[in-house]
Amino acid sequence: MDQAIESREGGNILTTSADWLVNEVRARSLWPLTFGLACCAIEMMATGAGRFDIARFGSEVFRPTPRQADLMIVAGTVTMKMASRLKLLFEQMPEPKYVISMGSCANCGGPYWKYGYHVLKGVDRVVPVDVYIPGCPPRPEALLEGMDVLRDIIRTKKAQLSLKERRAQA
Amino acid sequence: MEVARIVELLKERFGEALVEEHLEVVDPWIEVRREALVEICRFLRDDPRLEFNQLMCLSGVHVKDDLLWSVCHVFSYTHRHRLGLKVVLGTGDNHCPTLTGIWPAADWHERESYDLVGIVYDGHPDPRRILCPEDWVGHPLRKDYVTPSTYNGMPLD
Repeated sequence: MDQAIESREGGNILTTSADWLVNEVRARSLWPLTFGLACCAIEMMATGAGRFDIARFGSEVFRPTPRQADLMIVAGTVTMKMASRLKLLFEQMPEPKYVISMGSCANCGGPYWKYGYHVLKGVDRVVPVDVYIPGCPPRPEALLEGMDVLRDIIRTKKAQLSLKERRAQA
Repeated sequence: MEVARIVELLKERFGEALVEEHLEVVDPWIEVRREALVEICRFLRDDPRLEFNQLMCLSGVHVKDDLLWSVCHVFSYTHRHRLGLKVVLGTGDNHCPTLTGIWPAADWHERESYDLVGIVYDGHPDPRRILCPEDWVGHPLRKDYVTPSTYNGMPLD
């Protein structure tokens, strides 16, 4: 980080790359979508509360609408009934958007892996997942670690795509 | 009131409609004919000696092969006594009269029983599925239920 910023004119002007600046801003203000589905949501709430304080990382604003969210923390068991809603909510989120799959159920179906007729066997079958957090449920430290990993992923991305690259993605 | 006395009262009034009684168990229950179920329940609720004013639960059971049960447990807050009622149905003959007219609490229980076990409650005011999506095929708690491989294009295996 220190290398990324160059100080000039006695400290009044800083120069850096647009990529670094935009990525840093994105990484430090991930607004999660409120998406608690099962017991993992309890741990997610604990992460948001005073003891673990997700606000330290700029993510305390859990949004009730996908239009204002950057990050979907899928915290819990995704049933087939919920899966189509989950996909719709993900599609309603503005770019750039990220997904954290929290806990065994969201990762792979968890305890419902074999005999759960109603459970989606992994949320990655419906939406693209950036970070998987193992655990049943994962502790708040694990969720914070997962978000840290996600921040590192965001920092490696190109902040602004060229027109050619954007066309290729679409 | 003693459960034996309750069953006596029912026998006096409904006679043949009571098929079986199992009173020496922890949770005494009787089997009744489905044609008389609603009338028996109305009597249980309205008779001042019985006053069963709460439906504790109502469940559907797929026992084996083509045998289905619709079971409900009722309780009286006035007299502090309880009783189980069971109706025997078949997979090919899965219609049961609704109890929503007696105890409104039966509404969601009967929807769940329909959703998961496939018992059709005749006369139910809102006979939709309650847990599975509305376009779901089959009743998942049937013993012969086969999990489909996809649902709306999402793999389920």
